Amino acid sequence: MLLIPCPHCGPRAQVEFAYGGDATVARPVDPDAVGARQWLDHVYLRENPKGPHLEWWQHVAGCRAWIRVRRDTVTHAVLGAATAAGSIEGGAS
Amino acid sequence: MRYSFLALAANALRGHRRWRPAWRSPQPQRGYEVVIVGGGGHALATAYYLAKLHGVTDVAVLERGWIGGGNTGRNTTIVRSNYLHDANAHFYEHSLKLWEGLSRDLNYNVMFSPRGVLNLAHSDGQLETYSRRGNAMRMNGIDAVLLDREQVRAMVPDLDCSPQARYPVHGGLLQPRGGTARHDAVAWGFARAASALGVDIIQQCEVTGIRVEAGRVQGVETTRGYIGASKVAIAVAGHSSRVAAMAGVALPIESHVLQAMVTEPVKPFLDTVVTSGATHLYVSQTNKGEVLLGGDIDGYNSYAQRGNLPIVEDVLRAAVSLFPRLSRLRLMRTWGGIMDMTMDGSPIIGKLPVGGLYLNGGWCYGGFKATPGSGWVFAHTVAHDEPHALNAAFSLERFWSGHLIDEKGAGATPGAH
Ligand SMILES: Cc1cc2nc3c(=O)[nH]c(=O)nc-3n(C[C@H](O)[C@H](O)[C@H](O)COP(=O)(O)OP(=O)(O)OC[C@H]3O[C@@H](n4cnc5c(N)ncnc54)[C@H](O)[C@@H]3O)c2cc1C
Ligand SMILES: [Zn+2]
Repeated sequence: MLLIPCPHCGPRAQVEFAYGGDATVARPVDPDAVGARQWLDHVYLRENPKGPHLEWWQHVAGCRAWIRVRRDTVTHAVLGAATAAGSIEGGAS
Repeated sequence: MRYSFLALAANALRGHRRWRPAWRSPQPQRGYEVVIVGGGGHALATAYYLAKLHGVTDVAVLERGWIGGGNTGRNTTIVRSNYLHDANAHFYEHSLKLWEGLSRDLNYNVMFSPRGVLNLAHSDGQLETYSRRGNAMRMNGIDAVLLDREQVRAMVPDLDCSPQARYPVHGGLLQPRGGTARHDAVAWGFARAASALGVDIIQQCEVTGIRVEAGRVQGVETTRGYIGASKVAIAVAGHSSRVAAMAGVALPIESHVLQAMVTEPVKPFLDTVVTSGATHLYVSQTNKGEVLLGGDIDGYNSYAQRGNLPIVEDVLRAAVSLFPRLSRLRLMRTWGGIMDMTMDGSPIIGKLPVGGLYLNGGWCYGGFKATPGSGWVFAHTVAHDEPHALNAAFSLERFWSGHLIDEKGAGATPGAH
């Protein structure tokens, strides 16, 4: 089982969390400035990396906050975690 | 050598010393008309139908490990065509028809066993939606039978159909022609038949790059050197994103791990496939007697081919509530495979926006049953540089044109399909 270090509650078991997917996907800042194609890219396309992956998890059975976790998709090792706005040590964003 | 009762008897008399390898293992040539990336059932079926139906025999299948070692050899082998939407119904029904004649066509016993696939309904509302799906199937010429609780009980005596069951059984939707097949045999049968028609099957050859010039594919870089190709067809299941990225193509796919597990073998007690959408469980009994169980994906991006215990517990909990007798069995093995989950839950079979590059991927939970049909339409697509009517709807463009094929209506949430 994954052990996810919630920045608010400390290390907690994976079953307390719900997965929210790729956290690098950015919603277009100015919705009117982009066309349908870019909106659909945003909704559907994923980098889907093999290795470190920045992702959203919600601590549904704890503080209920959305947090960001960097996790390796090959080893499943959790490399770091931060609040939604915070930064994760030892890596970009 | 043709396999037959006579060949078996003759070889038995000679102590089984004269059997030859079922397929050739040649060195890669410098170039091919078609290079297929991946060596699972879909790749091998594509190679076979390219050679058999389209006369394209200058074909190499490049597999980084051993053929059938991916999801083809890891799945719960359920074969069915019980879909609601027309595009899915027509495609999977075509595949099911190919399954029905496959052992004879390949001269290889793929052990297709049409033992029926039963979807359990645990509420009246669910039974209503099953009746709608069953009617849609029948409109599309596919067999479907709606069962009430007593009929389900008679068919599966070990299922807990009592009123106090944790998941009460209200009835079910049965596809009698569905069933299971022997996964390894499917890979080996297609490999043998393709090899006999001249296809080169090259194992331990990983594709590490795709060479593209002026918008057209030129060939592939591999761990065994550069191999030229006029056309490159990708069929790598969970690695679709990685291989398409080699040609600069991004896909609407997330890779996830799906687990399956078997108990110790017991005497036959279950002669059909039972699935429960509400608890997300599927159960069948293998020819060896093991109870084969599958459930949900673990739910987070993964390329690990192994999952975690919460899902194992989840699957077993559902299994024991539906079949209380299973609680006395011990679990023997669990394993995982990497699934390419698309954003609408349906596969992508078609051209990519690079000349001569094709993708067969995004199979989510259900690509094993598609194996012959997928190879059949993909071979057509590669040979004609154009999809067949049966796979035209499964284009990559559908995500931008709005023509999604969302069987579950779950939206852009790969984990929910
Ligand atoms: C646990 C589990 C249960 C399932 N149950 C069912 C079921 O009951 N019914 C059903 O219909 N479907 C089921 N599926 C789905 C089904 O197994 C797959 O959709 C199907 O087998 C995919 O076949 P394939 O040939 O496309 O892929 P695979 O068999 O995975 O073959 C892809 C191959 O590509 C190779 N490869 C990857 N990258 C490269 C590279 N760069 N170079 C060369 N080779 C490469 C891999 O090594 C692999 O052998 C299940 C899947 C899993 C994991
Ligand atoms: Zn918390």
